Amino acid sequence: MKSDMNAIYVIVAREFIKFVRERGRLISTLARPLLWLFLVGGGMSKMVSPDMGMPYMQFIFPGIIGMTILFSSIFSSISIIWDKEFGFMKEMLVAPVSRFSIVIGKALSGTMVSTFQALIIVLLFPVIGLRLGIDQIILILCISAMLSFCLASLGILIAVFYENLESFSVIMNFIIMPMFFLSGAMYPVKLLPHVLGFLTKINPLTYGIDALKYMIFPEKKLLTHDFPLSLDVAAIVISSIVFVIIAAMVFERKK
Amino acid sequence: MTPIITVENLTKKFGSITAVDGISFEVREGTIFGFLGPNGAGKTTTINILCTLLSPTSGNAAIDGHDCMKESSEVRKNIGIVFQDNTLDKELTAYENLLFHSYLYNVPKNERKKRINDALNFVGLYERKDEPVKRFSGGMKRRLEVARSIIHQPKVLFLDEPTLGLDPQSRTNLWEFISELPKKHDVTIFMTTHYMEEAEICDKIAIIDKGKIIAQGSPEELKKMVGGDVIYLKTRNNVAAIDVIKTSLNLDAEEKNGEIFISVSKGDACIPKLINTLADAVVSVRLQRPTLNDVFLKLTGKAMRPEAVSGGDELKESIRSYRKKFDRG
Ligand SMILES: Nc1ncnc2c1ncn2[C@@H]1O[C@H](COP(=O)(O)OP(=O)(O)O)[C@@H](O)[C@H]1O
Ligand SMILES: [Mg+2]
Repeated sequence: MKSDMNAIYVIVAREFIKFVRERGRLISTLARPLLWLFLVGGGMSKMVSPDMGMPYMQFIFPGIIGMTILFSSIFSSISIIWDKEFGFMKEMLVAPVSRFSIVIGKALSGTMVSTFQALIIVLLFPVIGLRLGIDQIILILCISAMLSFCLASLGILIAVFYENLESFSVIMNFIIMPMFFLSGAMYPVKLLPHVLGFLTKINPLTYGIDALKYMIFPEKKLLTHDFPLSLDVAAIVISSIVFVIIAAMVFERKK
Repeated sequence: MTPIITVENLTKKFGSITAVDGISFEVREGTIFGFLGPNGAGKTTTINILCTLLSPTSGNAAIDGHDCMKESSEVRKNIGIVFQDNTLDKELTAYENLLFHSYLYNVPKNERKKRINDALNFVGLYERKDEPVKRFSGGMKRRLEVARSIIHQPKVLFLDEPTLGLDPQSRTNLWEFISELPKKHDVTIFMTTHYMEEAEICDKIAIIDKGKIIAQGSPEELKKMVGGDVIYLKTRNNVAAIDVIKTSLNLDAEEKNGEIFISVSKGDACIPKLINTLADAVVSVRLQRPTLNDVFLKLTGKAMRPEAVSGGDELKESIRSYRKKFDRG
């Protein structure tokens, strides 16, 4: 038990040190959401009719926060694949620590890194003409942290199933990108036809972004959020638990 | 005395490849056991099974009485490993790498610092403890890994090709640390290598080829399999000398290319006798002892080529370059 706590501490501390020392990584992962926010969001603002009650750039803001978290959490977890082959994960796997603590440690590292990146994006709110109070920012960070944990756990689950890096582009094109498009980030989920609507409903990112919409647009109810906040939170928590448990079980058994 | 490592009929198949094929051996406590074999022989696979990373297809393996499959957490507490590929965290400093290791193995808080500093001193890296590992040379990284592997005072230390890719001087240097380990740190060593010279210092060697152990014994015992030493002698009069050697020393001698060729079991002890007997007639003398390479050659009909790169290594190389690309975005 003690060594499991130590293992979690080691994984998180290591990630923290690396995050602080490798600043280039922060810049390169922030580049993607910034491009989307200003190029896609800015460009579409001119096209999308203003009767949705806000500029399109503001509408996709929660989605861009979600995107930041999605990429950052999943990439952080997928590093398990090469850590396992080349380095530190091997050292963890022969140490007398449970696989469960490795999964938790890795999910918490992803949470730390992604929440911090989400914070940087959130702080751009004045640039796109939004007004957020400090209480709203704190709530946004809470949701971001929960969503980060959930997606980092999903990343671990993907990493324990896909053992080699050849499958990376498969993960990117068939998991990450569809998750982003089918999440309500770009358009309200309500507007999607049946099958796609179903896919958005089994996507944890949908609920994360929906909850972020609550926090960012508390008074505009028309085209923003799709589900009750309690459902959003429950969906994130339950899927996190399921991902962590399955990942730990697969990890334990796989040899 | 019961052996500290026991392996019985161990087999590991990867699909149609049999990487380890029914091997059995025992390692006694406090000794250095060497696994000698060419690339792809199954050395790393055996280590992975012993250190609980892989489960075998069949057979048994136990360390200090604990089954490597069923009691993996007991086994993990008692072993230290230096993997074939470097597993240090290059962004972290030497000290941080060892500190994290001491957390993982539950080293008591009040002992952490002392044990880390002792280990760093032991491998001569104390002065550089606060530098990031990425600035270290290959030899320094290896030494640091050895230091890390003994922090939690394991009973058995696995070293998978510890000197692979090092220059000759770093190899000798690392080798000194390794040979001191059993006495200084009370540990049993299981190491693999495909360098013959390194295997010489082992107490016992198993030669492995294509997943099978083809010979086991001390280096001396193995070399006896290919016959004893050979002495080459040049004299002023070879015919007369051969006559003297045959009659007064009772040894078998023949002339070959102007040299006298004598097969004996202990060459070093025989040379003084020869010189005493032949006195001034001797022009030069040299001793040739069989090497482990001769043993391998005799058993398999082929020489071991250390420079050959296995398919696995090439694959890893390509993944590494892929990863670099990905890291850049
Ligand atoms: N994970 C794996 N999957 C498939 N084949 C493997 C795997 N690991 C090792 N092998 C194969 O098993 C054989 C033994 O490999 P290995 O134990 O690494 O040899 P050595 O360490 O002696 O060079 C090789 O043919 C290698 O290609
Ligand atoms: Mg190997």
